[in-house]
Amino acid sequence: MTTEEDPKPTLRPVLVAAPPHDPGTTPTDSITAPVSTIRRYLMSRRSGAVADRIFMGAMLTCALIIFAIVIFIVWTLVIRSKLSLHQFGFRFFLHSAWDPVNGDFGALPFMYGTIVTSLLALVMAVPLAMGVAIFLTELCPRRLRTPISFLTELLAAIPSVVYGLWAVFVLVPIMRDQLGPWLYKYFGWTHLFEGYNFGVGLLTASIILAIMILPIISSITRDIMLAVPTSQREGVLALGATRWEMIRTGVLRNARIGIVGAIILGLGRALGETMAVTMVIGNHPDIGTSLFAPGNTLASVIANEFSEATGDMYLSALVEIGLALFLVTIVVNAIARGLVWAVTRGTPARAH
Amino acid sequence: MNTSALHTPPPGRDDGPLHPGLNMNSRWIRINRARRYAANHLVTVLAIASTVVVILPLIAILAYLLFMGAHSLNLNFFTKIPAPVGEQGGGMANAIAGSGIVLAIASVLGIPIGIAAGVYLAEFGRGRMLAAAVRFTADVLNGVPSIVMGIAAYSLVVVKQGHFSALAGGVALAVMMVPTITRTTEEMLATVPNAIREAALGLGVPKWRTVLSVSLKTASPGIITGCMLAFARVAGETAPLLFTAFGNQFWSFKLNEPIAALPLQIYVYAISPYDEWHRLAWAGSLVLIVLIMVSVTLVRIYAARGMMKGAS
Repeated sequence: MTTEEDPKPTLRPVLVAAPPHDPGTTPTDSITAPVSTIRRYLMSRRSGAVADRIFMGAMLTCALIIFAIVIFIVWTLVIRSKLSLHQFGFRFFLHSAWDPVNGDFGALPFMYGTIVTSLLALVMAVPLAMGVAIFLTELCPRRLRTPISFLTELLAAIPSVVYGLWAVFVLVPIMRDQLGPWLYKYFGWTHLFEGYNFGVGLLTASIILAIMILPIISSITRDIMLAVPTSQREGVLALGATRWEMIRTGVLRNARIGIVGAIILGLGRALGETMAVTMVIGNHPDIGTSLFAPGNTLASVIANEFSEATGDMYLSALVEIGLALFLVTIVVNAIARGLVWAVTRGTPARAH
Repeated sequence: MNTSALHTPPPGRDDGPLHPGLNMNSRWIRINRARRYAANHLVTVLAIASTVVVILPLIAILAYLLFMGAHSLNLNFFTKIPAPVGEQGGGMANAIAGSGIVLAIASVLGIPIGIAAGVYLAEFGRGRMLAAAVRFTADVLNGVPSIVMGIAAYSLVVVKQGHFSALAGGVALAVMMVPTITRTTEEMLATVPNAIREAALGLGVPKWRTVLSVSLKTASPGIITGCMLAFARVAGETAPLLFTAFGNQFWSFKLNEPIAALPLQIYVYAISPYDEWHRLAWAGSLVLIVLIMVSVTLVRIYAARGMMKGAS
C-alpha cells in the first residue's frame, strides 16, 4: 500500500493505510518497524492544538461578550444619568413632581404606577395560572394537553404592540361602557373605582398585563410541577389521599419554591412591559387612589417622552428611570431564576 | 359544586371495617370523608373553570386579531407606502422593507455571537464556574426590559452618530437575540450524543473540526429553529426601536438614517385618530402574528421529534 506522503492529507489515508489491511507486513513487522505508516502520517500532520486554541478563544470571546453587554448597559445608564443622580440624589424616587419646564423631576408617580399595575396583574393572573397548570399536569386528558400548551406558547410569543392594539380597540371600550360602570355600581364604596372613567387607566393596564403574563406563569409552573417525581404522587395516593390531597401534599408542597420563582418571573415581565401598557394607561403623572385614573409606569414614561425630551436634565432623569427599572428587573429575575433552578435542575432546562 | 357530595360518601368506597373495632361508617369518619371528597371535587371544578376562563378569551383574542387582520389586508399593504392623512389606501411596504433591513442587521450581529457563546457553554465550559456565570448572565439579560435595551443602543450608536438610524435599531435587536440563541444552542448541543463526538475525536479529528462538522451539524435543525424563534420574537419588538430606528413615512434604505419598522408603524397608527390608519395597523399585526405562528409551529414540530426539549 502507499507509503509515500499524501500531498494533501485527509482522514481517509489513515484508514486505508492501517496495518491489518496491508498484505505485505504482518502485525509483528509493524511493531518492530521504527516508525509505522500511521505514525509517520500523523507526525506529518500538525497536531491541531493551535487551531483548537484559536477556536476555543473565539468561542470564549463570544461568551464573554454577554458579560460585556450587561456591564456596558449598567455603565452607560450610570454615565447618562449622572446629571440627575447628582442633582436629585436618592430623593428622586421619593419626589412626586414631574415638571420638565422647570426642570424638577421625581419618579414617585411612575414607581407607584408600576407597582400598582404589576401587583394587580399578579393578583388577577396567579390564581388562574395555578388552575391552568394544575389542570394541565394532573387533570387534563392527554389528547388536550398538547394543543393547550401549544396555544399558551403561541400567546406568550405574540408581540406586546399587538396586545396593545387589541386593548385599544376592544378592552378600552369594554372598560368604559360595561365593566367600569359595573365596578362603580357594586364596588364604588371601596373608593377604588371613582372619578371619571375614560376606559384608559391603571385598571385597564393591569388587565392587559395580566393577560400577557398568564401564559408565561402557567407554562413555567407546569414545567415545575412536571419536574416533581411521579413516585411522590404515587406515594401519597397509596396512602388513600384524594386527588386534591395528592396535588396539595405531593406536588404543590414539593414545587412551592419553584412556583414562587415562576410568579416572580411573571412579576419581572410585568415590571418591564412597555408597549401595551403605554397604549392603554393614559400617560398622566399623578398619584390617585382610583384605579380608573390615568397613570404612568417607569417603562411607559420612557417610551413616551424619551425621543422628545429637550434638555440634558430631562434626558438624564429619564435615563435614571431606566437605570432603576434595569436594576429592579435584574434583581427580580435573578431571584426568580435561582428559585426555578433550585427545583428544575434535575430536568432539562428551558430557555424562556 | 355538587352539594350532594357533601353529605353522601361516593359509592363503591364503602368496604366495611378495615380493622375490628374501627367502624368505617361511624358518623365522624363519614363526615370527614365527605369533606375530603367535596374539596377534591371543588378543586377539580375550579381548575377546569380557570382553564376555560383563560383559554376561551385567549382564543377569542387570537381569532379577533386574525379576523380583523384578514379583513384589512390587501395587495396594496405590501406594495404602497403610507398615504397622506385623509386619503384612502396606502400600505406599509416601506415599513416591511425597513423591518427587513433592521432585522438583517440584528441577525448578522446577533446570530454568530449567540451560537458561538452557546458552543462555548456546551462544548468547552461544562462544569466550569465561568460557564455557569455566563449562563446566568444570559438568563438575566433575557429578562432586561426591551426599553432599557433601547436606551443602551441609543447611547452606543445614536449619540455617537448624532441622529437616529437603522443601525442603532439593529444593534438593539441583536442584543435581544443573543441570550435566546445562546441558551437554545447550548440545549441543542447537549442533546448530541457524546459517542458521536468521541468517534470523531478517536479518528484524530481536531476538536474544532469535531465541533463544527459533527456537533453543530447534528444539532443544526434545532439551532436553526431556535434562531428563527429569536428572530420572530424581536421582529415584534417595538420599545427598543422607539428612539433608535425612530420610524420614517417614506422609503429609506440607508443604514445611517431613520427607518420605518412594522411594529413601530403599528404603534403609531394604533394610537392615531384615523380609521384608515387603524385598518393598516390591524393588517400589520396580522403579518407579525403569522410570522410568530410559523416559527412557534416549527419549534413544536422539532420538539415533537425530540430534537429540542422545550426550547420554546
